[in-house]
Amino acid sequence: MIRLISILIGLGFALVAVVSFGVGAYTWATEESEGHLPYEHPRDIAYSFDGPIGTWDYAQLQRGYKVYKEVCSACHSLKFVALRNLSELGYSEAQVKAEAATWQVPGIDPNTGEANMRPGEPTDYFPSPYPNAVAAAAANNNAIPPDLSLITKARHDGTNYVASLLTGYQEPSAELLAEHPEAAPGPGLHHNPYFPNLNLAMAPPLTSAGQVTFDDGTESTIPNMARDVAAFLTWTAEPTLVKRKQTGWAVLIFVLFATVLAYFSKQQIWAAAKPNRRKD
Amino acid sequence: MSFPWAKQYTPANGLTKFLDEKLPLPRLVYNAVGAGYPVPRNLSYFWNFGVLAGFFLVLQIVTGVILAMHYAANAQVAFATTEHIMRDVNWGWMMRYAHANGASFFFIVVYIHIFRGLFYSSYKAPREMIWLLGVVIFLLMMATAFMGYVLPWGQMSFWGAKVITGLFGAIPLVGEPIQIWLLGGFAPDNAALNRFFSLHFLLPFVIAGVVILHIWALHIPGSSNPTGVEVKSESDTLPFHPYYTAKDGFGLGVALLFFFALVFFLPNALGHPDNYIQANPLSTPAHIVPEWYFWPFYAILRAFTMDFILPAKLWGVLGMFSAILCWFFLPWLDKSPVRSGHYRPLFRKFFWFGLIPTMAVLFWCGGAPAEEPYVMLSQIATAYYFLHFLVILPIVSQIEKPEPLPYSITEAVLGSDKKAVLGENTEPAV
Repeated sequence: MIRLISILIGLGFALVAVVSFGVGAYTWATEESEGHLPYEHPRDIAYSFDGPIGTWDYAQLQRGYKVYKEVCSACHSLKFVALRNLSELGYSEAQVKAEAATWQVPGIDPNTGEANMRPGEPTDYFPSPYPNAVAAAAANNNAIPPDLSLITKARHDGTNYVASLLTGYQEPSAELLAEHPEAAPGPGLHHNPYFPNLNLAMAPPLTSAGQVTFDDGTESTIPNMARDVAAFLTWTAEPTLVKRKQTGWAVLIFVLFATVLAYFSKQQIWAAAKPNRRKD
Repeated sequence: MSFPWAKQYTPANGLTKFLDEKLPLPRLVYNAVGAGYPVPRNLSYFWNFGVLAGFFLVLQIVTGVILAMHYAANAQVAFATTEHIMRDVNWGWMMRYAHANGASFFFIVVYIHIFRGLFYSSYKAPREMIWLLGVVIFLLMMATAFMGYVLPWGQMSFWGAKVITGLFGAIPLVGEPIQIWLLGGFAPDNAALNRFFSLHFLLPFVIAGVVILHIWALHIPGSSNPTGVEVKSESDTLPFHPYYTAKDGFGLGVALLFFFALVFFLPNALGHPDNYIQANPLSTPAHIVPEWYFWPFYAILRAFTMDFILPAKLWGVLGMFSAILCWFFLPWLDKSPVRSGHYRPLFRKFFWFGLIPTMAVLFWCGGAPAEEPYVMLSQIATAYYFLHFLVILPIVSQIEKPEPLPYSITEAVLGSDKKAVLGENTEPAV
């Protein structure tokens, strides 16, 4: 009885699935499906922190920080990162203090209790460029600039994505527009093949070589600035990245050693139990 | 219960004698996973995964309790406290990555455990209850994992919660009130996040309770084995300790190598980048996908695209739940007297060339966007999935002629079992 009911239920579900398939296949064969806009995957750039033994390039992180400070921070917040965290980029305590003081953060006047702006301290977090989301939207053609703290983890292949996007601005090709007329950038939008919609509201932020002066003599080309700020944003997204990999090696070597010991003790214990085990 | 030749616990010193009189916990452990539990001597490495599942349950509870000390279940700050754990809490990043990937590993080992149960028909008498409790554990795991994924309050957390609770909206008449009642509102917000946290903390302990029942039920008939032939004599078994503790120890080491490689070198490989974007009810992600371990069932949910007497959405929900609930009936659907797939030629063909490719397709399609050809593939796979469990399995078990079985486990392992034939099972073979 139970098997009869089961066969009927099974046939029922299978029938509905097959009919769904038939209808779907018919629609698929007869109707033109809307194609995706062809966006490009990020270009692969080599970084010092790639791979299982990668480490930070502190000079690069400091250059990237400077790019963020002088270019990106005009519109993008970095709200999960504290100014004290800059010490992890290789700055001394005094340097972190001096650097923090160059940021204006919201404060309270101790005499009147009114809101004011004061120089930052290491305990402060990176200040937002806008007081709230409405102000951010109003200043940016209704597109709120995303917080950059986690941006490289919040996109597929994030580090390469950021660097590719920053260097990817270009005019749409004639073939693309011929095939996808809807891909033409609307008012206030800019074409970029690495952005999934192909058009984004952010104007090209890195426009000319030398826009940011690098203190360590690295040539300040647009690709260099883009690469270094992408490295900096990888650090902001995961400050523990290098520590994670280093810890991983210690853990893996320990577990490997323990597993080898476990294997030999298992072999020794089982030696008595299977005198001439047949192969199955 | 146990086999008559099971070793008996004897307290060795004053303390254990005292305990054995007042609270015989050492005796319990001795009989459950010690020398007092005789286990078939021919278990393959597929029999390691129950112990591994237990290990990952404990790991999830330990890391989860630590994470809960630093997390706040409030929609205003949940995302920020998660980042606080990742950045400011000592070793918080390791705890969170271990917990997130630990969930994935818990599902990996449980899927292999279920796979073993299906191939060797471990669900058959006398082990029906073990199987039923196992399906209950799996359902509880799915609920726990789903609610845990909501807690970081990223984009996928929010939209996943919205889609899954929206499934209840497919119930005729009362669907929408039930959905609002479950969420405590019209969309996932504070009320939902808070109750999900509460349940996410509670359910693992419920799972631990059902695991105890699962193991208890296992110790009534004893473990199954790759031949599917029941234990006949002492030479068929070995004491759990030291033989299987040693084998499980080695298996655990290998599993941990894979686990730690993922935790420390690819911790976000199984996650979705969108969950590093704070939840935003006004911005829908391009593709809403659940965690990978839900993909086969998500594919079944989306495979029903046609209103056929019932609305398509209701078919999808019924299909998805039936896909797991039908496992409850397997012990009574598969009537073949032979357990092991090794001796069932027809069953074996459907298993390897039907069920396994079907599961692979469902996994693949569940993670893909809801567009062609993925939907069509998942529809074919869904049809086969239901045919396999509800139609093919009952029929095959009726018409199949099984291959000859070995007389005993001892014969399968050692080539002959003279003592068993002569009925002289007085001493262990070891």
